Amino acid sequence: MDLKESIGIRVNGDPRRVSAGTTIAGMLGELGLDARKVAVERNREIVRRGGFEEVRVSEGDAFEIVHFVGGG
Amino acid sequence: MNIANSVQSDTWSVAGRTFTSRLIVGTGKYKDFAQNAAAVEASGAEIVTVAVRRVNISDPNQPVLMDYIDPKKITYLPNTAGCFTADDAIRTLRLAREAGGWDLVKLEVLGEAKTLYPDMRETLKATEVLAKEGFAPMVYCSDDPIAAKQLEEAGAVAIMPLGAPIGSGLGLQNQVMIRLIVEGASVPVLVDAGVGTASDASVAMELGCDGVLMNTAIAEAKDPILMARAMKLAVESGRMAYQAGRMQKRRYADPSSPLAGLI
Repeated sequence: MDLKESIGIRVNGDPRRVSAGTTIAGMLGELGLDARKVAVERNREIVRRGGFEEVRVSEGDAFEIVHFVGGG
Repeated sequence: MNIANSVQSDTWSVAGRTFTSRLIVGTGKYKDFAQNAAAVEASGAEIVTVAVRRVNISDPNQPVLMDYIDPKKITYLPNTAGCFTADDAIRTLRLAREAGGWDLVKLEVLGEAKTLYPDMRETLKATEVLAKEGFAPMVYCSDDPIAAKQLEEAGAVAIMPLGAPIGSGLGLQNQVMIRLIVEGASVPVLVDAGVGTASDASVAMELGCDGVLMNTAIAEAKDPILMARAMKLAVESGRMAYQAGRMQKRRYADPSSPLAGLI
């Protein structure tokens, strides 16, 4: 990833850089996450699973990416 | 009545889904995923509660719960444990619905860390919103029969009062209140929290509850897998005793052998 062609975002509170113009699906791939096992919130709005391929990531976006863990 | 038939036909339903096992188990506090999966199997549970948490971005290849407990075979019931406001709980469950693709959820809005007692004002608020958004919320609540009715009116698909504080293992401290809730409810009632050992689970079922939800009683047993099996049997025997209808209590003895014909 070329720094000039990357954008700054926040993922689960931490700063990250991903390719400019990438989609949610692309971002998950860059982060090494399995899109089938996570849910994504972008700027406090849910991104529907069906939109992962279409929704583009913008500079400054804040993402929450969650999955199921053990719990009562 | 044929014993095999009456046992096998005993199912319960929540929000249109029918289950045979009346034991729901949590997936927290286990030593590892393998032990957790073995305990779920031993318990016979068809539903497990799960939490929703941030993924580990720095190590995305760590094993995950879904690798050990298959959500196609066991119903995942996402919960909102750790949420102290209606807004946080609703936000968590919206994410859970996207992660899993199902709308049956466990709502739990806590009032304080010390007792983990439910905040009923926030719980009621969240139940209304979730029901309007198409969720089927099973709701952890106080042992208040009036609040239970209000939850039902707000759209709760199951009422889940605590028997004692979460993780305390004290057993049911409120049997009269639990029974009042059972008598007043037209949705399933499950004791959620407070069970410490097998007899506690039987007590809940003998009171007429539709099921029991537990985590710590199994996970913190010295042998969680053996305790999981004990809980399965306790829930089943408590249920059967409830269906059988217990004898009346008497204050004094009543001989079991005939008095006539004594030598």
